Amino acid sequence: MRTVIQIRDLEKRYGTGAGQVRALEGVSLDVQAGEVLVLMGPSGSGKTTLLSIMGCILQASSGSVQVQGVETVGLRESRLPGIRLEHFGFIFQGFNLFPALTARENVEIALQLKKFSNRDARRAADKLLADVGLADKRDRYPADLSGGQKQRVAIARALAGDPHIILADEPTAALDSASGKTVVEILSSLARERGRAVVIVTHDPRVVPYADRVVHIADGRIVAEPVAELVH
Amino acid sequence: MTTLAVKNLFHDKVRLSVTLTGVIFALVLIAVQFGLFLGFMETSANIVTRSGVDLWVTAPGLPHVNGGSAQPERRRYKVLAVPGVAQAEPYVLAFANWKLPSGAKESVQVVGFDLDSGLGGPSRMVAGSVDDLRGDDTVLIDEHYRKKLGVTALGQTGEINGVRARVVGYTQGLLSFTTAPYVFTSLKHGQKYMALPETQAIFIVVKLAGGADPQQVKAAIKTQIPDSAVYTNHEMAAKTQNYWLFSTGAGITTLMGAALGLLVGMVVVAQTLYAATVDHIREFGTLKAMGAANRYIYRVIVEQAVLSATMGYAVAIAVALTVVNVSRKGDALILLPMPVALGLFAMAVLMCIGASVISIRKATSIDPAIVFRA
Repeated sequence: MRTVIQIRDLEKRYGTGAGQVRALEGVSLDVQAGEVLVLMGPSGSGKTTLLSIMGCILQASSGSVQVQGVETVGLRESRLPGIRLEHFGFIFQGFNLFPALTARENVEIALQLKKFSNRDARRAADKLLADVGLADKRDRYPADLSGGQKQRVAIARALAGDPHIILADEPTAALDSASGKTVVEILSSLARERGRAVVIVTHDPRVVPYADRVVHIADGRIVAEPVAELVH
Repeated sequence: MTTLAVKNLFHDKVRLSVTLTGVIFALVLIAVQFGLFLGFMETSANIVTRSGVDLWVTAPGLPHVNGGSAQPERRRYKVLAVPGVAQAEPYVLAFANWKLPSGAKESVQVVGFDLDSGLGGPSRMVAGSVDDLRGDDTVLIDEHYRKKLGVTALGQTGEINGVRARVVGYTQGLLSFTTAPYVFTSLKHGQKYMALPETQAIFIVVKLAGGADPQQVKAAIKTQIPDSAVYTNHEMAAKTQNYWLFSTGAGITTLMGAALGLLVGMVVVAQTLYAATVDHIREFGTLKAMGAANRYIYRVIVEQAVLSATMGYAVAIAVALTVVNVSRKGDALILLPMPVALGLFAMAVLMCIGASVISIRKATSIDPAIVFRA
């Protein structure tokens, strides 16, 4: 297995002086291609902060975070969008679809950011939507889709341009159990069949059976990292 | 990218209506206030700018063209002796009272000019002619003021300072800033209405020979007649406009109105576009998280601003032109010349982009981690 993210002695602090808060402390972790890694922990434990730092959305205070071999800690702010664009696909709890765009346009915009031509973006968007079972919903606006369908559009958008790493924040939190299962199955198949690294932050125990590894975080530290446990 | 800007704008019709209403209100306010200011400038000095006169010679101490005092008419001969002067004619311009058929009185400004040269006479007529002023007690009034002066038909008579005046023609488009209409008559009648002896006039108006330099001729006249004041046409117009603009409450009010119109308009546009951008702040956060560079977000926001400005301008200019047309029927002239209308478009675009820059800062300084907040 190939390491796509390597984290060593990561710290994230907010504020200064007496009011300083340590959100993450001494975190070391590797993320491998082709695995589903689940981050679990109570609210405020630091798991979303860790996900944000992995995805170059937040900068670490110290330590090392390498994405595909590139050190991102201390990197200039202006270089981070390029790394996010090249390596990551994001899936959010609130879907974060653009309400003014159709399902197809929501996917197209991610492809256009990656310099796809309009024609290629359209073709690729249609294929991605078909892959998540939404070929017939491509002209619908987010307001006309169910929660599960919205999250599948978000997955198609995250897969636009074929990134190596998918980061998902509570992807099932707003979904009923059937939709949640579908979404997790799609994410799981991305790892198994397409070799993508999938990192999921969740409270949802239904996700655990699909995980290759579950990492528990409490008070900003990794408190246990069970041995790789292939459920399938 | 165009898709996102356009679709964001048109997706929420209520938000679009609010945005456009703000832009339209601001632009109409600016157009009307600035148009009033231009109308003020035009009407305060139109008797000068439309006179065809090159130089105005008068007694010293003149505050504005409507405030001249009498000087000897024979000065015209000294003026005529100056090289470069083609014509020099006595001219009367003074306030008087017009008595309506009802017995009520209205203030007017009597303009007495030389009929042979026509210098300083009306520039546009819609009924009668300057030659009709050769008859006894004849005058021309502007068609705009017929009702105000109680004139329903040509040939009707009134009184100017108690002297009979018969209306023999109508001028057009000569609105008076002071609301005292201009009444054109011959020099002789002008002197009579103002109780001036034939040896007195308010101005000597000068037409220069072709190629003569106004400033040189002006200096030569000053040398020839030391106790006189001489103004080029441009100087007289500017002196009159400045007087009404800066020495009276009306001028300051109009100027302040234009400045406030601009300020309020800019604030309204800024607030409207800021709110429109902030409404989409989470989407911009998502774009940033997805890897969009700040310049991509700038372009989306600026495109939305330019679209808002263009659509708002299209409606605003139609409304402003309607207001301009309606104003022609009233006493307060509002002008919206083509360069100003085009300038307003440029201003609309700049205001919208400027307002967006404020919100751009908000959008590009978003913590992209906003996307992880449910």
